[in-house]
Parts: sequence; structure tokens; C-alpha cells
Amino acid sequence: MEQLLQHLVNGLVLGGTYALLGIGLTLIFGLMNVVNFAHGEFYTLGAYAAFGALALAGLPFFVALAAAIATGALLGALCERVLLRPLRRESIDTVMLVMIGVWIAMQNAELLVWGGVARSIPHPFPTAPLTLGPLNIAPLRLFVMAAAAGLIGAAWLLIQRTRLGTAMRATFQDRDTAALMGVPIGRIHTITFAFGSALAAAAGALLGPVFLAYPSMGDLASLKAFSVVILGGLGNLAGATLGGLLLGVAEELGAGYVSSGYRDAVGFVAIILVLIFRPAGLFARAERIG
Amino acid sequence: MIVRALLAAAALALVTAPAWLPSPYHLHILIMAGIFAILALSLNLLLGYTGQLSLGHAAFFGIGAYTSALLALKLEWSFWLALPCAAVASGIAGWAIGRLALKLRGAYFVLVTISFAGVISLVSINWMELTNGPLGLPGVPPPDFGPWSLRTKRAYYYLVLAAAAFTYLVCHRLVHSRIGRALVALRENEPLAESVGIDGTRYLVLAAVVSAALAGVAGSLYAHYTRFVSPEVFLFTYTVTMVIMVIAGGQGTLLGPVIGALLFTALPEALREAVAWQWQMLAYGVVLVVLVFFLPRGIVPSFERWQRRRAASLR
Amino acid sequence: MLTVEDLGVSFGGVAALAGVSFGVRAGTITSLIGPNGAGKTTAFNAITGYLRAGRGRVTWDGRPLTGRPCDIARRGVVRTFQKTSVFPTLTVLDNVRTGLHLRGRAGLWPVLLGTRGVQREEAKIVETAREVIAFVGLERRADEVAGELPYGEQRLVELAVALAARPRLLLLDEPAAGMTGAEKERLVAMIRRIREQSVTVLVVEHDMRLVMGISDTVIVLNHGRVIAEGAPASIQAHPDVIRAYLGSSSAPA
Repeated sequence: MEQLLQHLVNGLVLGGTYALLGIGLTLIFGLMNVVNFAHGEFYTLGAYAAFGALALAGLPFFVALAAAIATGALLGALCERVLLRPLRRESIDTVMLVMIGVWIAMQNAELLVWGGVARSIPHPFPTAPLTLGPLNIAPLRLFVMAAAAGLIGAAWLLIQRTRLGTAMRATFQDRDTAALMGVPIGRIHTITFAFGSALAAAAGALLGPVFLAYPSMGDLASLKAFSVVILGGLGNLAGATLGGLLLGVAEELGAGYVSSGYRDAVGFVAIILVLIFRPAGLFARAERIG
Repeated sequence: MIVRALLAAAALALVTAPAWLPSPYHLHILIMAGIFAILALSLNLLLGYTGQLSLGHAAFFGIGAYTSALLALKLEWSFWLALPCAAVASGIAGWAIGRLALKLRGAYFVLVTISFAGVISLVSINWMELTNGPLGLPGVPPPDFGPWSLRTKRAYYYLVLAAAAFTYLVCHRLVHSRIGRALVALRENEPLAESVGIDGTRYLVLAAVVSAALAGVAGSLYAHYTRFVSPEVFLFTYTVTMVIMVIAGGQGTLLGPVIGALLFTALPEALREAVAWQWQMLAYGVVLVVLVFFLPRGIVPSFERWQRRRAASLR
Repeated sequence: MLTVEDLGVSFGGVAALAGVSFGVRAGTITSLIGPNGAGKTTAFNAITGYLRAGRGRVTWDGRPLTGRPCDIARRGVVRTFQKTSVFPTLTVLDNVRTGLHLRGRAGLWPVLLGTRGVQREEAKIVETAREVIAFVGLERRADEVAGELPYGEQRLVELAVALAARPRLLLLDEPAAGMTGAEKERLVAMIRRIREQSVTVLVVEHDMRLVMGISDTVIVLNHGRVIAEGAPASIQAHPDVIRAYLGSSSAPA
């Protein structure tokens, strides 16, 4: 029983970050209709940016995290402005190919800059696990869970409660009307992509210290993000949140009770099964934001 | 006219290659180019003709390689039996993907292919009893042809050349047939194709099966050439290379993938001294982006279009 | 003979078709008219398998007409589309050869082996394609890329592709849209010749002169329901029809 609880808690830690990845991608794929195969690279970017800020520049932990998120946002904005905006009228497949190119380029750039050896990202938390009743949890993981929850909450607030969020939802629901109402469409696209990428970078910066940072960590992150988006339904914020948590828990349970070698397969199998049997996502009846 | 002469000259050069190439290393490059040409042609069937991108093609390549290697190593089957079995095994996997992805198009199809490749990759790493896991299968025997062993590069080169020519012929016959027209129709305008009786599902599955089977042939050739198979065949870099070959060379043409294969096998080797492979992969990414912006149809179709415009302006 | 009984299609609670019933007699030209949004194209989509109907039945030739669009095409029911629908990067000849898909039988292995039978079939297909192209009057354009042709000729390519599939029931969705007067005259003549070949034709059109000129029967839809059915003259004078059109600012005349 305690093992189960332990797995659940670990799953929630992982799941929180998966939810961040998923929310970011559901905005980009679900709303903007961009098949962003480079999403995982922003995750990697976040981890390496945190590493750079901490290990090289010696910045305090929380500042480093903020810097990582900002880096993700900036690069995302740049990407949208330079590559995606000119292609806005092209087919979804063309954009997909471009994002695949960005994926390859970014990953190998990381490889060249940081080398292939995995890096350990330093953090200020004590390593001794806290004991909360039957559970042991490392303070770092607790922090990750809390930070992820906070960021998810902030994302929700932004989308549902602010004018910017309303403008985003309006743009992707009915572009022409939004334009007529004075919404700056181009800027909204850039902001949305930047926001999604920032969330991915946040996930990377949070999980980086938990595991290690290595250049190809983004591949699995991309796929799991897609998995979450498909589980939750395109453009479905609540679905992405729930889907992310579900995937995290499923992975931990699978690794714990079935086999740890196949843990990454959970995301793959989820994609295949959901697309075959319930392509609209598991939570299809929940509200779309776009 | 000039083009045809050039092609004939190229064919002649290829057939006599062992005679005039300066070293076995160059022959090695051509052998790898030939294997990749088969892969690129097979991917082109899906991407260029039905318009569906498969980013899991390395899975079919890997399944072919492992099947052939395992049959030769564990059951001591002859290469000539192992190769068709590899094609069949990959073909079945292609059938599975086709049926799984029945109604899926575009990005969803891509995701299913990636996921499938991911699962197969994990299986090859974890199923130690069958595949020996990350250690791989060494000592895959080279093919025998009667009393002769095709161990030499020259002999293997002709084997690969024959296989590549065979693949080209298969693709050519397929593409210039009623089946090929159906595939192109599905890419161009699926609702219209359906309205004249073309069964989208059936032809997508057919394309997937043939495409996968050919990739399996390439896998088998690879296994018996390098004589070592490991989960590395499932590396995403192979898939990426294949995709670049098809897109740069020209999807939807037959010559395109071949030229793409030659280009992107020879180029990395030529640059290997000068430039680390990470830079090359980085360049691939940039090349892909640039291609999409400036040469979206690829080299061969752009050349064909330029030719047509020249001919039109001369009229 | 096509029978449509109580056909209903809803999108998210809104009924595009609210129980439509009508019949189309074999060998006739029937027109389906109605103001915009009346459900005409929805009816086409439901009949030919592009939409799943919520309720109702469609019967063709005595048997229920169900299945995917390719299955329905195999029953001899072929439709064209409201927006010009061709295979844009293919030549006109290849467009029509694609339309002849069902006339061929070449499977994977005969094709790969390059058998004599396959070669003969291909030759026959080219020959038939040229005949169909000649029927719509596009011989001069046979080797040109369909997507680069002027609009009116693209619509003819579309018609040729549909005819190639050897329909016994042909559903034309606004075939005259965007055509010049002369092109419409030629279209009318073509539709009449199609009928002479024992093909039943169901046409959705907005050009009333064309409709009244060629139809044996006219069916009027409004708000997803049939509001009138009969010979052209009686439809023109029908009070419900006049009201439907006046209510949506496009009058039949």
C-alpha cells in the first residue's frame, strides 16, 4: 500500500511537469494548429538554460529558473516571428516539416554547445527525503510539484481570466472577427507560441535537477507532450492538465509494477490507443478553450 | 535528350564502378548509398505518393535487419531465404501501421508512426533473450552464392546495385499504374478520389505494406553488410536522414530519392574529415527549413519545372 | 430509382436536414433548389456517404445505399462538389484516367509483374479517357495541368472525372456556378446528352433559368425540409416556394 502511495506521489511530480508540457503544446498544436515537433527542444533548452545559469553564472536557484523560462519564451517568440509567420498560409504539413528541421537543428546545437555527456544540475534543496506519514519524498520533488502546480494555476488564470487570454481564445476561435475587433493577430500568435514554449522550458528547468540534462532528452518530452495533448483533446486546457497527471502516474505505476525498461512505452501506447479508439481525447466532453 | 544521355552515362558509371573507383572506401560509400536509396524510395512511396509522412520508417528498416540477422544467426538460414522473410516481417509491420492508422491523416499519422517506432525500439532494447538488447547481434554471416561468398565489397556492391534497381523497378511499375494513380489521387484530393470509387484505406494500407517491405529489404542488406545489428538502427538520425533524402531529392518523383540518397550519403562521408557529425546533423535541420522555404518540391521536380519553363519560353 | 426517406442530419443540435423525403425517377433530370443554407449540399453529402445521417434511409436501385463514398461510387452513384474539385497537379488526361479507376482491375501482383493484361488495360483506359475528354469538349487541353486551367474549364474537368466513373446516378453540385452564359449553354447540352445515355441526374443549382430549362422534376428545400416537388412550371407558381425565396432575398425567376 505504501508502495502504491509512493508511486502515486512520484507520478504526480512527474505528471505535473507533463501537464506543463501538455498545456504548452495544446496551445500550440490545438489552437495554432502548428505541429510542433520541436516542443521537446524547448524543454531541453529550459534544462540547459537552468544549468548554465546555475553552474556557470552562479545565479541563485529561483533566478535561474526564471531565466530558463524567459529564455524559452524569447526563443519561442523568435521562432514564431521568423519561421512560422511567413508560413502562416501554408499547409499544416509544410509547417510540420519546418518544425522537424528546427527540432534537429536545436538538438544538435545543444549537442555541440554542451557536449553529449549528461549534466547534473545543482539545486539548493537538502537531499535527505522528507517523511510525511508513510511517504518519503525528496524536498526537490516536493518543490517541483508545488512549482508545477503554481505554474499550471498561473497558466489557467492567464487563459481564462485575463484580457490577453480572452484575446488568445478569440483569435483561435474566429480569427477574422477577432481582427475586426482590433485584436493584434500577429502579436497574439507570437505570444501564444512564446507562452507554450516557456511552459516547456519551465518543465525542463524543473525536471532537469531531478534527473540529468542531456541533449536528446527532448525527444521523449516531445512525444509525451503529444501524448498528453491527444489524451486530453486538442486545445483542451483541463484535458491537458488531467492528461499530464494521468500519464505521469501511469508511467510510475507501470515502471513500478510491470517493468521499468518499458516506462516510456506508456506514452507511445497511449498515443496509439487513443488515436484509434477515442481520437477526440479521453475527456472529449470537457470545454475547449478555442 | 541531354538528360537521358546523362542518365545512361550515370547508369554505365554505376555498373562499372568497381573498375574505376580509386579505393574500396569509395565502394563502401556507394554500397551505403544504395541501401539508403532503397530506403528513400520506400519512404517516398508513402510521403511522395500518398502524401503521408512516416517518421517511423526506421522501425521497418530495423525489423528487416533484426529478422534477417536472427534467422541467419539462430536458425542458420541462408541469406536468400532470410531476405524475403525480412521483407515479409516488415511488410506485416507496415500492414499493422496501415490498419492502425486507418482514418488518421497528417500529424496524427506521423505521431502513430513515431510511437510505433518508439515501442519497437524499446522492445529491441529490453527483450534481451531475443535481441541481446543494447549489446546487439554480432557476426551476422555474409551471403553465399553457391560456392562463392559475397564477402568482398565488390560482390556486395553488385548485390546492392541489383536490389536498388529492383526496388526502382517495383516503384516505377507501381507508380505508373492504376494503383499509383489511386495513391496520387488520395494525396491530391481525397474526397474526390473517394467519389470515383478509390478506397482510401485499402490503398494507404497497400502503400504502407509495400513501403515497409522494401525498407525491410534495405534492413536485411544492411545487416549482412555491416554484420552487426543493434538497437541503434532505430535511431532517429536514420529516419531524419531518410526524410531529408526524399524531400531534398524530390518527393513524388522516382529519381529524386535516388539522387537524395547519393547526395546525403556521399556528402557526410566527404565532409567527415572536416566536420563533426553533429555539425552535419545541425546542417540537416537547417537544410530542411531552408528547403521548405525555397525549394519545397525538391531538386528533381524543381529541375523538371525549370526545364519545362525553358521549353515553354523557347516555343 | 433513388428514394430518400425521412433523411435527418444534425450538427451540434442544429438540424441541417429535418426529415427530407423525395424520389428521383430513373432516367430523369431532377433539380434540387432552395435558398442558401436550405440543406441541399448536406443532402448530397448524406446520400453519397460523406456525412452520416442521424436518421432516415436512402434506397437506390431497390437496395439501401449505405457505406463509404467509395462503396457508393461502386454502386454507380457519383457526385461532384460545390467547390471546384480536380486533382490540381495532374494533367487533364491523368485526372480522367484516375476517374476511370473502377473500370480497371489491375491488382498489386499483375502490376508488379507488368503482365500483358495490365498493359492492355492501360491502353484501353487511355482510349476511354480521351473519349470522355472529347465528350466535355476539352480535347485541346488534355495534356495541360488541371490546376492551371481557367475556372470554367476546371469545372468541365470535374464533370469529365465524374463521368469517367460510369455513373448511373450523377449528382451535380452547382455545376454552373461561375460559368459564362455560353459555357452554361454547353453544360445544358451536355447534361441532356448524359440523360440520353440513361444516366439519372440530380442537380443542385441556383441558376433558375437553367433549372427550369432542363428539369423534368424540381424539388424545393427550405430549412432542411422539402416544401415543394413537381414539374418546373408548377414550382414557379408555388406560393410556398415564392415565400421561401422572398424571405431570403433571392427570387426564382
